[in-house]
Amino acid sequence: MKTTSRLLRRPAAVVAVAWLVLLTVATACAPLIAAHGPLDQDLSHVLALPSASHPLGTDSLGRDLLSRLLYGGQPALLAVAEALVAHLVVGVTLGLVAGYLGGWADTLITRVGDLLFALPAIIIVLVVLSVFPGNLHAAMITFGVLGSPGLIRVLRSRTLGIRQEMYVAAARVCGLSDAQILLRHVLPRLTSTVIVQAALFSAVAVIIQAGLGFLGLGAQPPAPSWGGLVADASQVIDRDPWMLVPAGVPLVLTVVALSMLGDAIRDSAVESWSVSKLATASAPPPVAKEHAEAPVPGALLSVRDLTVEIDGVPVVQGVSFDVMPGETLGVVGESGCGKSVTALGVLGLVPGNGRVTGGRVVFAGTDLTASPTELARVRGSGIAYVSQDPMVALDPTFTVLSQLREAVRRHSGANREQARERVLELLAMVGVPDPEGVAGRYPHQLSGGLAQRVLIALALAGRPKLLIADEPTTALDVSVQKEILTLLHTLQRRTGIAVLIVTHDWGVVATLCHRSLVMYAGQVVEQADVESMFVRPLHPYTAGLLAANPHRAAHGHALTTIPGTVPSPREWPVGCRFAARCPYAGDDCRAAPVALTGPAPARLTRCLHVEELVSEGARL
Amino acid sequence: MTPRPLLQVTELTVEYGQRHAPTLRAADGVSFDVRPGETVGLVGESGSGKSTVARAVLGLTPVTSGRIRFDGADITHANRKTRRALSARLQMVFQDPYSSLNPARTIGQTLAEPLLVHSGERGKPVGERVAAMLERVGLPAKAAERYPSQFSGGQRQRVAIARALMTSAELVVCDEPVSALDLSIQAQTLNLLSDLQRELSLSYLFIAHDLPVVRYLSHRVVVLYRGRVMETGPVDLVYERPAHPYTRALLAAVPDPDPRIRTGRHDEPATPRGASQPTATGCPFAPRCAHVVEICRRERPGLLPVDGVPGGASAACHRAAELTPTGNGTVARAVAVGRPGNAHMEET
Repeated sequence: MKTTSRLLRRPAAVVAVAWLVLLTVATACAPLIAAHGPLDQDLSHVLALPSASHPLGTDSLGRDLLSRLLYGGQPALLAVAEALVAHLVVGVTLGLVAGYLGGWADTLITRVGDLLFALPAIIIVLVVLSVFPGNLHAAMITFGVLGSPGLIRVLRSRTLGIRQEMYVAAARVCGLSDAQILLRHVLPRLTSTVIVQAALFSAVAVIIQAGLGFLGLGAQPPAPSWGGLVADASQVIDRDPWMLVPAGVPLVLTVVALSMLGDAIRDSAVESWSVSKLATASAPPPVAKEHAEAPVPGALLSVRDLTVEIDGVPVVQGVSFDVMPGETLGVVGESGCGKSVTALGVLGLVPGNGRVTGGRVVFAGTDLTASPTELARVRGSGIAYVSQDPMVALDPTFTVLSQLREAVRRHSGANREQARERVLELLAMVGVPDPEGVAGRYPHQLSGGLAQRVLIALALAGRPKLLIADEPTTALDVSVQKEILTLLHTLQRRTGIAVLIVTHDWGVVATLCHRSLVMYAGQVVEQADVESMFVRPLHPYTAGLLAANPHRAAHGHALTTIPGTVPSPREWPVGCRFAARCPYAGDDCRAAPVALTGPAPARLTRCLHVEELVSEGARL
Repeated sequence: MTPRPLLQVTELTVEYGQRHAPTLRAADGVSFDVRPGETVGLVGESGSGKSTVARAVLGLTPVTSGRIRFDGADITHANRKTRRALSARLQMVFQDPYSSLNPARTIGQTLAEPLLVHSGERGKPVGERVAAMLERVGLPAKAAERYPSQFSGGQRQRVAIARALMTSAELVVCDEPVSALDLSIQAQTLNLLSDLQRELSLSYLFIAHDLPVVRYLSHRVVVLYRGRVMETGPVDLVYERPAHPYTRALLAAVPDPDPRIRTGRHDEPATPRGASQPTATGCPFAPRCAHVVEICRRERPGLLPVDGVPGGASAACHRAAELTPTGNGTVARAVAVGRPGNAHMEET
């Protein structure tokens, strides 16, 4: 019911439904609407233009076109319905069975489907018509069945995918039977596909039945049919072009209406459960005025007041930090806090519709935000990037050697042989045990740990001074994770490269980082050297995150938690963004944006109640 | 006297036939049991067979050999009817809260499903039970009318836990239930699982790759490697005095969230684990083991009690007795695994 009301809020759907309803009602009530019978001849008015007595004019025998259109519509709509029902019954049943059961049933159905595909549908329909002359029902049902292999294939592959979904396994664990699973979990997911396919097929069926009528294979003259109307009109095209309009326009409108309706039904059927696009962007929440200091002298990377928006909504606001040469800076926080977007913002690579809308990124004395050419030059050779999932970051169609060689040649201009030498050198540098052998492999032939090493080698190809690593160990097993952390540490000692590492894992921060930055809801909430932050966090969020780690928790004691969840960018409050989850929050926190302050040397926190937090030794 | 185990897995072997490769043995002679009210942690790296064991227990994957008993009844090859009846008592919480809930069905419809199978109840009483369960897992009762896309990962995992508890479950298999969640949400979810266990005297078979999480929730732990049990025992004993070199390697690899320790900061030659395959008859961990001797490659070690004390830990290692420290865990930690140099020192 909800779907229907949602459907009727779409103008396109209303127009399409209105046309189809009008057509159905009008054809069903043809005797009431049409003043003349479809066979009544009026030889004094042949090929007449529309008039009061003949609203759509007459044909070459003076028969009323409106009447013929309406009476001819009944068999036309019936024929389309018959073809559609046959199409859906065969297509949905066999598609579901093939996809869900698999095995021999799948093989059999797919093979039969292939066979039907190979048959020329229209010829088979003509054969049927020669066996059952003039029987449009038999012809259209045959057409519906012959058109089903396409639907079978589409539904089979969708069902195969859905069968692997975890919620199907969950339903099975709950004891649901196959029939219940199909009915409750598989079919609802297929609805939109079926509707679109059904609408497209109906449109084709309308054309086909008109075509059969045009060829004189459906209703026999003088009985009215839509195809017959077109045939009649084509014979008098030079004397009365008007007749093509009543004959053709209803066909065109019906086909268009069916397609529009299919789209509209699909959209409104999934609207209820898909992630809805929120209407308009609200005004971004204000931020505290902070004096953007000049870059720290000697810093390799200075980010000042960085603001990133995605779809016009700010997701990172006023982020400032410095990375010194040879230093490792950790960016910590939960998902949705803007860690990764900050890292990508430095490189000008914000995903999707995002863009950097404010602030400066200064790398080795050059302002990257001011000059896109500088930014392009720095990527790879000045700043390199290692992503979370190495398997996705490597191109599956090229060998390790060719991917690395391309990067080496891009940055050094070396010839192929020199580049190859450098590739092997790089692979050895990242601890790949058999560089020659690994160089010849494709990404799918590498283990996760090896792929991450190759990715690090790729990042090092341009001899960068800064490596940005976004959760580089999250996708890896714990022992491989340790190897990669050790590798990063070793590389840093040997080459003096600075590292900006994005992570949610305090263990990684403790192992690798010198300083760390905690982000919450798009802002930096705390910044300190790692030792001090672990021993004496100065922001309640940092304290809460540290305490929530099960690493040192004793069995049987409740873990310390932070209540609630991270607010989404559209829900950010005016005041402190952590206030809703914070045990120290007061009215002062919620009143106005909180600024970053430095309560101790080399430490920054965005909290008004630091002293309480410190004196109580973290209540969280 | 120990109570009768609720779940008893004996010599479970699961093989997957592969089209262009030899048969993959995902679980190889795995035995363990879960007692009423107890949590048994199943740990190991990817490919260790943790999830395969879970799927076999729930009948989602066929068993090649071995036996699975639930409350005394053999359910190894249970048919659909038996499984249906069993599903009221044996439930599961899946890893990914995004794909384990059907996006096209409301939370209420999802939660009512187990009742549909078991009590045949419909209408108002079902709605009341759904609302009560939602509130029990910390969600508002009106969440029943909404769709999964309107909830965060942590909230969805609460829904998944609620679904497992709609019928009177006794054993809940949790397959990495918190690994997709953020730290603060993970802590909330772990607390919820532990509260529910106390209230409803549930048993958990808790599968995770995150060792601290397993330690927090489990009473006993089973360490798997390449489908075989390497070590098993009470959780504190195994974590404090790991007897198997693989357990030690796993524990040593966990980055310690204490900057004063800096576990990964030794400037080790960072070579990855060897690609060489274990021999068919030997210890599966032999190619990676720092303490490997000749017998390890020749003969597969059995799972034997480490101290010879009942209720203690058991390990599948020829050298468990000589390598396991007798005192506290410090000796074990100092014996670095994965450093080829050390193997020599051990031998001489």
